[in-house]
Amino acid sequence: MKVLMFGWEFPPFSKGGLGTACHGLVKGLSGKGVNILLVLPSYDGDSQLSNVNIIAADKLKNIEVRKVKSLLAPYMTPGEYLTRYQTGDSKSKGIYGRNLFEEVDRFAAAAEEIAKSEQYDVIHAHDWLTYEAGIAAKKVSHKPLIVHVHATEFDRSGDNPNPHVYAVEKRGMEEADAIIAVSEYTKGKIVKNYGIPAEKITVVHNAIDQRPNVSYAPSKLRETDKIVLFLGRITLQKGPDYFLYAANIVSKRIPNVKFILAGTGDMEPFIIEKAVELGLADKVLFTGFLTGPDIDKAYQMADLYVMPSVSEPFGIVALEAMANGTPTLICKQSGVSEVIRNCLKADFWDVHDIAAKMISVLEHPALKETMQEEGSREVSKFSWNESSRKCEEIYARLLAARA
Amino acid sequence: MRGDLREAARGKGIMVSICFYFQVHQPFRLRKYSVFDVGHNHHYFDEQRNEKEMRKIANKCYVPANAIILDLLKKHPEFRAAYSISGTAIEQMRLYAPEALESFRKLALTGKVEFLNETYYHSLSSIYSKTEFKTQVEKHRQMIEDEFGQTPKVFRNTELIFNNEIANTVMNMGHTAILAEGVDRILQWRSPNFIYTAATAPKLKLLLKNYRLSDDIAFRFSERSWADWPMTAPKFADWVSAANGNGHVINLFMDYETFGEHQWESTGIFDFLRALPAELLKHPHNDFVTPSEAALRFPPAGELDIHQLISWADVERDLSAWLGNKMQKSAIEQLYALEKQVLESEDERIIDDWRKLQTSDHFYYMCTKWFADGDVHKYFNPYESPYEGFIWYMNVINDIKIRLNELKIKVIA
Repeated sequence: MKVLMFGWEFPPFSKGGLGTACHGLVKGLSGKGVNILLVLPSYDGDSQLSNVNIIAADKLKNIEVRKVKSLLAPYMTPGEYLTRYQTGDSKSKGIYGRNLFEEVDRFAAAAEEIAKSEQYDVIHAHDWLTYEAGIAAKKVSHKPLIVHVHATEFDRSGDNPNPHVYAVEKRGMEEADAIIAVSEYTKGKIVKNYGIPAEKITVVHNAIDQRPNVSYAPSKLRETDKIVLFLGRITLQKGPDYFLYAANIVSKRIPNVKFILAGTGDMEPFIIEKAVELGLADKVLFTGFLTGPDIDKAYQMADLYVMPSVSEPFGIVALEAMANGTPTLICKQSGVSEVIRNCLKADFWDVHDIAAKMISVLEHPALKETMQEEGSREVSKFSWNESSRKCEEIYARLLAARA
Repeated sequence: MRGDLREAARGKGIMVSICFYFQVHQPFRLRKYSVFDVGHNHHYFDEQRNEKEMRKIANKCYVPANAIILDLLKKHPEFRAAYSISGTAIEQMRLYAPEALESFRKLALTGKVEFLNETYYHSLSSIYSKTEFKTQVEKHRQMIEDEFGQTPKVFRNTELIFNNEIANTVMNMGHTAILAEGVDRILQWRSPNFIYTAATAPKLKLLLKNYRLSDDIAFRFSERSWADWPMTAPKFADWVSAANGNGHVINLFMDYETFGEHQWESTGIFDFLRALPAELLKHPHNDFVTPSEAALRFPPAGELDIHQLISWADVERDLSAWLGNKMQKSAIEQLYALEKQVLESEDERIIDDWRKLQTSDHFYYMCTKWFADGDVHKYFNPYESPYEGFIWYMNVINDIKIRLNELKIKVIA
């Protein structure tokens, strides 16, 4: 079995859950003896990362990596693409597409060249930026195509989808022989918003790597304050505004709480201004984008991790928080809420409920401790092996249907 | 003639008596009492939900099952049954299902149905406060007298929680017998089908649940993957009769909700119940007893020394379903820490609220034991998670603290 996979660089080169999911699945499939030709958009502008363990995909057995120079990055919006394009050096302007969609097509053309010269059994493309590449590969090889939906345009932009992105997503889903959704929640969105029949979609939940638990020295801040953590992109989708409004309610009742936002994003200026306006300037702290051990440190210093996303196709971060022994409050509008139970759940818009639950965790040590114990025990059962086994089943099913 | 055989068999000690006891209980469930409600309103209980649950269980179980039992009592003069009904269940029947309460009164009038004594609030007070325990047992005894015109002599503790110390307390309160679980690690080589005493309570007869036969009805009846499915009345009667000559009494103890709720009517559970006494009586060596009759009839076969607390819950048969995690322990400790202040307040509404919070179900809803596997606990949990169960509960406790403090201020002013 050989898979032509259009994926993403592994963390830390890829931000967010997409890189983590690609890493987990590729490693799991590699362990099962599945051969993968992994084609990655590669951009070296961001790679000045220190203090992190770089996972080299080509060090895994059965895995061959082909990098295609590209400015594409996970979850990229047309605006973000332009920023990257314009800040690059002058010679890059001659190589890369002038906008996101041109770049998607350019990547697809490169993918087609690879697809022509290689032998493989199935094609597996991760998220919309690579769907065109998957379709191009299918055209030249006539091999079955699987598109793996890690998010949809409706998750990223609410009720205002970019019509061009939507069109690419829909075409990928229609051209695909099978669709993998990261949750039942996402599957429902694909059926409802893209008109895809439910039987074409298989749910493969994301997972988390079991790794040795490194404990960090407690933060100084903990001596005087309790800490509630938001960790993720500071964008509309992640609900940082709901986090802030809940923080406002909580800080009126409990004076010594700090609310930390770890991440960057286009809503950061708004959140800062709003925090000042609400009189929370000294309560709300920003850490910027965190990598590697700093992420674990952030989880471990927190009394509670909150994921108030407006729409979260899966939400691997919740599993990471629980693995670090951090009590976790997640939105009901998430895929991860389908697979974990030892956490608190609230509707993202119900700021009072979010605040009430924050208060409860901060005020009742017994609640916090039980959530820590049961939560870390629960996520210790997750494994990417299970997710990759389901992918392998889908490959086998598609091949059997052709035979 | 069959009656003569029975008398003869009893003389030879080869007879086995069947003792049915059914538990009837409903808690006052809490509403989602938010942290923002604390100090603003004292409306703790989810009346709508409690009414809905009581109406449902009365229709599906209490009323139809009582009709069958009444019928059986008329048809078979030998038939007997016992019930323990918590005070909170009786209160909710008065409010929401008076016809169910009436049907229990009809059973009492036959003179062949025994009503047992328990803690009025179906509480864990036997572990946390001996004085509160005695108060609730007395309150329950009074209620049974008022409702059913009989004075209960046999005690069953919440969830059959039992040890030496509880046995001693109950004996000193004047009871003749107590029910407990026939836990293997306690019985070891002994059979649950005899009467025992506890080391600390020589005058108190101990009736032990035969959990294999009881659970065949309560849990496995409709289990299609069970080798003995489908279970029929003749088959079950054979299993019971196999104890002839090797035991005095088979104690079949179970939740009454087994009939119609845990096992739906469509499983055939009511037909099974209807047919069972006749099948049991086909064996001339069988008859029926109430717990009081069993205690009176059979001498103790031995003494059991039970230090650790046992119960009838889960495979562990211990207290971990109510007191297994830190939330549960913290919640119950904070509840009983208020005892003195609550009772001294002499505020009847505060006392009543505080006692309704003692009902064991509140702690059961906070259980995380098998929570990750989506087991039976989830079925009974009115909240989204055990964590929410804890949160609403603690908000109520905090509101009671505020009420107590306000009272104090009033007294000072």
